[in-house]
Amino acid sequence: MAEIKKDIQKQPASAAQETEWTRSRQVYTPKVDIYETKDAIVMLADMPGIDEQSANVTLEKGVLTIQGNAIPETYKNKSIAYYEYDWGDYHRAFTLSDEVDKDKIEASVKNGVLKLVLHKAKQAKAKKIQITKE
Amino acid sequence: MFEPTIWRFGRTAQPWREMQRLQNEVNRLFSGASQAVGQDYPPINIWMGQDDLIVTAEIPGVKVENIDISVIGDRLTLNGYREIISLKEGESYHRQERNYGPFSRTLQLPFNVNATKVDAKYDKGILTITLPRAEEDKPKKIAIKSE
Repeated sequence: MAEIKKDIQKQPASAAQETEWTRSRQVYTPKVDIYETKDAIVMLADMPGIDEQSANVTLEKGVLTIQGNAIPETYKNKSIAYYEYDWGDYHRAFTLSDEVDKDKIEASVKNGVLKLVLHKAKQAKAKKIQITKE
Repeated sequence: MFEPTIWRFGRTAQPWREMQRLQNEVNRLFSGASQAVGQDYPPINIWMGQDDLIVTAEIPGVKVENIDISVIGDRLTLNGYREIISLKEGESYHRQERNYGPFSRTLQLPFNVNATKVDAKYDKGILTITLPRAEEDKPKKIAIKSE
């Protein structure tokens, strides 16, 4: 496979660079929905256990990173008897194209769902070109 | 028969590029992002106390009025519905990984519950239900008389 790769000039973008973590907590990939409206791209990510303080959205070099640290549940005088889910950190990164206006990104959290509204850049919006008669 | 040189010409099909794309797609599938629901939904945790227990469930993005909790004896039933986003005309999905629709789950608890004192709250996408043990179900200490 390695030899064949050399023959191809361009490579389709692969997943964002994977990095390792120094914290001992489990890292989860939140499930996302992405849909496009007339003038924005909306992203919804399921991140139960996070609020506006524990969520983090950063944009660096065209890579949008969503992060969240769920606070572990603890209850006084109770011990865990059965568990199916764990608390941990959320992390996922997306490469943004030029059509997104990078200065106009809205983020909000409601009921453990992070919502990002990425407004489209001016030039990405369809422009009607006037045709003149010669 | 198929020597690599044949693929040097740009006009021929390039199956490995397609394979690479497929591989990336499969990798994304297994990264946990689009995990199929193999278990009961919603996932729950149970915390045991002396005379009560707490059940927590991860249900992000559901309206409180769409969650229904009922307790009968030692059975706790969670019913709910997650609304699908209705897209307007001209809007389209790029990716859809989150689940929608109704869910239902019944748990058998280790004791009968005092249904009138059940307390539930929904915060940050986590439902927390506190279930106290019914008075008549509590173990009774029996005093031993010495003769």
